[in-house]
Amino acid sequence: MHNPQLNKDGELTHLLSIEGLPQRILTQILDTAESFMEVSARDVKKVPLLRGKSVFNLFFENSTRTRTTFEIAAKRLSADVINLDINKSSASKGETLLDTIDNLCAMHANLFVVRHASSGAPFLIAEHLQRIGLNDVHVVNAGDGRHAHPTQGLLDMYTIRHYKKDFTQLRVAIVGDILHSRVARSDIHALTILGVPEVRAIGPETLLPKHLDKLGVHVFHDMEEGLKDCDVVIMLRLQNERMTGALLPSAGEYFRHYGLTPQKLAAARPDAIVMHPGPMNRGVEIHSAVADGPQAVILPQVTFGIAVRMAVMSIVAGN
Amino acid sequence: MNIVIENGRVIDPKNAVDRNASLFIANGKVAGLGEAPAGFVAEQTIDATGCVVCPGLIDLGARLNSIEAELAAAVAGGVTSLVVPPDADPPLDEPELADRLVHRAKEIARARVLPLGALTLGLKGERLAELAGLKKAGCVAFSQASVPMIDSEALLRAMEYAATFGFAVWLQPQDYWLSRNGIAHEGEVASRLGLAGIPVAAESIAIATIVQFVRDTGCRVHLTRLSSADGVALVKAASADGLPVTFDIGVHHLLLTDNDIGYFNPHARFVPPLRTERDRQALSDAVVAGLAPICSDHTPVGADEKLLPFGEAKAGATGLEVLLPLTLRWAEAAGVTLSAALARITAAPAEVLGLQRGQLAPGATADVCVFDPAAVWQLTPDALKSRGKNSPWTGYLLNGKVRRTLVGGRVVYSG
Repeated sequence: MHNPQLNKDGELTHLLSIEGLPQRILTQILDTAESFMEVSARDVKKVPLLRGKSVFNLFFENSTRTRTTFEIAAKRLSADVINLDINKSSASKGETLLDTIDNLCAMHANLFVVRHASSGAPFLIAEHLQRIGLNDVHVVNAGDGRHAHPTQGLLDMYTIRHYKKDFTQLRVAIVGDILHSRVARSDIHALTILGVPEVRAIGPETLLPKHLDKLGVHVFHDMEEGLKDCDVVIMLRLQNERMTGALLPSAGEYFRHYGLTPQKLAAARPDAIVMHPGPMNRGVEIHSAVADGPQAVILPQVTFGIAVRMAVMSIVAGN
Repeated sequence: MNIVIENGRVIDPKNAVDRNASLFIANGKVAGLGEAPAGFVAEQTIDATGCVVCPGLIDLGARLNSIEAELAAAVAGGVTSLVVPPDADPPLDEPELADRLVHRAKEIARARVLPLGALTLGLKGERLAELAGLKKAGCVAFSQASVPMIDSEALLRAMEYAATFGFAVWLQPQDYWLSRNGIAHEGEVASRLGLAGIPVAAESIAIATIVQFVRDTGCRVHLTRLSSADGVALVKAASADGLPVTFDIGVHHLLLTDNDIGYFNPHARFVPPLRTERDRQALSDAVVAGLAPICSDHTPVGADEKLLPFGEAKAGATGLEVLLPLTLRWAEAAGVTLSAALARITAAPAEVLGLQRGQLAPGATADVCVFDPAAVWQLTPDALKSRGKNSPWTGYLLNGKVRRTLVGGRVVYSG
């Protein structure tokens, strides 16, 4: 099947999903991000790679944090950044997603950073751009429904590589609401592509997608068992609305079984790192003693995230 | 008018006919096969060299968003009778609406329209529609289209009431609660793409409920558009018990699986959802075994309603003009003879409807389809007469092109 995020030369022209990307592209992004880490430490935090280009942040779903990191990343690449909060503008007037895109293309947009509540929305945009022949307009998925959040997946990989160096000896556990998590899906694909031999998913049956084993994941329902000897623990955010249906009885019961406490973390390797895509619910999925403890690398993730987003935008816009 | 269709291969599966012969038509009926009836003088001759001459296709499910265009599409696809589900806007829940539809179809005078009346007012699953009145206006049975019945008691009472009058009820088995949030089969593909799933249990639970009510009420039920292996097994078991339950399968479900969603292709969104290869195989086996007819489930959807993210796009595909070529495609893949394949879209659906159509025996109504089985055409929006250009097969080369369609002995399409 044709992979819509690669151009005819096999280069990344959109970043829509980690799935289906070759390892060399993931490594290229991580290496490029590493070279950008130094930029953020300078007094003048800018490189001219996207000078004169327009980056449109199209957030059909609210997210101040992710939008901000994309905005900072684009500005450090010297791009002009336009933030569009679609909830408040055209979509509420009945304009379709692709009408919005056509309008912004008429304003000579170069890159769209898209967040959308529907899985697959960035694919629709990328296919539309191809159909109308705009091969020099690029799409970066900043989270679509439950499907993918590839830049988060890549910054997680950057973090793991930073602390653990080699992917091929690792045991990685992803804990919590995997069913509704686009981060988990992107992490699973990225870890698999980068050669992690054992990826585990830990959670109650109600929060695990069906046939997770087909993605090469080992499923655990018990925290201590699942965390045993892990090198990396990725905690997922539990949305409050999950408590209103029949998925979980209460935040308290969830925390007792799946909240990461120092006691449960003790099952992992002593040098295990703890990650979280944020924002955290302290006392729901993670105990403060862990979130603020020596094994947590949650704030470095945020810093790395800017370099990774710079890398992604410079690579797709450069191809 | 007296018409003779010459030099064709006449395939009439119901009467086990498959031979090169001339078909004679007089007074809207089949007058003879092979030998001209005494005193027959042809006023029109149709040369069917290289073509198959078969009964007009009978489609158990086609939506008519714009009646004129869709009836033109029907005859261009060789479909001479089609069953219309009641989920139009407004729903077909009043005798006047059914009356108007039947009248309009007669005026247009192309394919025959067999409306299904709404089982409940507004298809809301609460209050019964006027079934007897709808029947009188021309409805052939009663249905909820693809709208699930939430209230089981209302369903039981509706079936009791229908059974009182000997009316058939057509139901698409899908449990409301298990399907209300889903957009794809709950399986590996939905997990990977992050699409909310509809488990197979949504279908099997609904079938189990309906079958129990058939047992209790004796109501004749036809289940539309089965999607799963489990569903087929349940209906087979009910039939084996002698219950009056039949079912049909949409042609796309015979050829596609959830893998065809690919990268969120909205043209692969259906209700019920495309399921796994194992399910597709079970559906195909059921059709091969002669347990179920094939229907188009024709659902014209405007381009704007498909150019949306998968979960927001409207479900369904255009079907009337691809029912024949896709059935031929299925038959080839499944190793089914041409005659057996044609039975699934002629005699078999006629049997579900209790009609004498779908055959070419002398005296039968002359609803005829003449098609070239070897003609290859590309499915493009312009190639379709239907307003619905939405198809997972756009761009594909398809085999089988209709050359003539006759309804009641009158040529209504030449291509």
